Amino acid sequence: MDFQTLVFYFLSAILVFAALRVITARNPIHAALHLILAFFTCGGIWALLQAEFLAIAIILVYVGAVMVLFLFVVMMLDVNIDRIRQGFWNYLPLGAVLGLLMVMEMGLVLSSKYLQAPAADAVVPAGVSNVREIGRLMFTDFVYPFELASIVLLVGMIAAIVLTYRGRKPSKYTNPNQQVFVKAKDRIRVLKMPVEKD
Amino acid sequence: MDALMNLGVGLFGAAWPAVWTLVKIVLIVIPLMLGLAYLTLAERKVIGFMQVRIGPNRVGPYGLIQPIADGLKLLFKEIIIPGNASKGIYLVAPMLSIAPALAAWAVMPFNDTLVLANIDASLLYIMAITSMGVYGVILSGWASNSKYAFLGAMRSTAQMVSYELAMGFSLICVLMVSGSLNLVEIVQGQQSGRFAGYGLNFLSWNWLPLLPMFVVYLIAGVAELNRAPFDVAEGESELVAGFHVEYSGMAFALFFLAEYANMILVAMLTSILFLGGWSSPVGFLPDSIIWLLAKTSCILFLYLWFRATFPRYRYDQLMRLGWKVLLPICLIWLVVVGIWMMSPLNIW
Repeated sequence: MDFQTLVFYFLSAILVFAALRVITARNPIHAALHLILAFFTCGGIWALLQAEFLAIAIILVYVGAVMVLFLFVVMMLDVNIDRIRQGFWNYLPLGAVLGLLMVMEMGLVLSSKYLQAPAADAVVPAGVSNVREIGRLMFTDFVYPFELASIVLLVGMIAAIVLTYRGRKPSKYTNPNQQVFVKAKDRIRVLKMPVEKD
Repeated sequence: MDALMNLGVGLFGAAWPAVWTLVKIVLIVIPLMLGLAYLTLAERKVIGFMQVRIGPNRVGPYGLIQPIADGLKLLFKEIIIPGNASKGIYLVAPMLSIAPALAAWAVMPFNDTLVLANIDASLLYIMAITSMGVYGVILSGWASNSKYAFLGAMRSTAQMVSYELAMGFSLICVLMVSGSLNLVEIVQGQQSGRFAGYGLNFLSWNWLPLLPMFVVYLIAGVAELNRAPFDVAEGESELVAGFHVEYSGMAFALFFLAEYANMILVAMLTSILFLGGWSSPVGFLPDSIIWLLAKTSCILFLYLWFRATFPRYRYDQLMRLGWKVLLPICLIWLVVVGIWMMSPLNIW
């Protein structure tokens, strides 16, 4: 077994363990932390496959931004694990069917595309920049799917704002925009007075 | 150098490349540690002089051994774990904050060839790794089981996530004009240009055509570092000390080390991305690592100067600056640079 295979099995073991802990951990914070570990190890495995852009992107986007906000929300919520578990057995058959369906879908996609391709084909020749190639393809061959994905994301962002916006609150608040433009002469008036004599 | 390589292969055989990499890591980490130890002393001295005080002057001549004394004191202090704290996460949080601060140095170039790992996407790597530093802050705040620490962590996280956007956009401008994500190539791209032809290299660096982005990066960098005037995370008057209020001894020291390591990192990145890195400011002087260190020191001095001069931002003013001032400037300048590059006036 060469060094790369060793690293692969090491990372995979961590990944599988972390993914299992995500769904078994009782404390939601621990679950979120294990999800972060899973993303990070996933990035490691992708780096091993010489997909360095994807590896860095998953750490930058998921670990660096998405999970921070996720953790933020989980910390604020008071999650009562016993109440959540109440309907577990009722939902289990539905969940199991959905899970099996997803496994089947993934299997179909992976088997048709990757199982036939020998691993040696995927090796990137030296001197080719992964990032440059992805950028070129994204803005030439796949420009329409790319733009479509951006629009879907934009719609999602706007939808989130619209759903949570409840109108302007009638509370008193300070406007920092006006505050920083205040000049001294708006607030104090210096009076010149002649000296008064009796 | 060849003799050293042959000796290494003779001594360690096939394991020599791994050993040699470890040696190089040590050669980066030791000067870094010394540098940040003395940065703490420099900070106290500089702010002291700015406030017409003397600063530390008891330990050694001119207080020069003060950082060593501080380090030893912190090493021998007890690490206190608050009651009902989440013990595992409480102890892991300081490590999570120092590890990214050190790991980012793996791709930092010091001149054309002096770099530990010259990878293609080194700028992306640094952004990804430094964005993980926020976990140390957020987890320490949560695990401490203290309201002050938790509020500090919340503020700090929101601030870091907001300013990362402005920082990212200013970096996008840099990599648009240099056409590369590799830090070495970014510096080499700044060494040529019209002014460099006249021998005035410093006018060819990125800071001049990308001046608004340089300013944005400088401000966003200070905010990312949680330093004054953006240090709401540890606003003493409201939060005692922010996210690390419950930590003592070496656990506290790790947060401290991470902050200063990040300071040096961001200062050096600023000088590489905008100030030409190791290239000399005028044509007749040779390029050298000394220029890089000098530029980094100047920016570090700026950080200390900011801390001594500016009052702390209020939290809502800070968010306004990030989202309503810096981000629109970035978006506009991004379009300007794009049009500039496609127009006949393109200088890159």
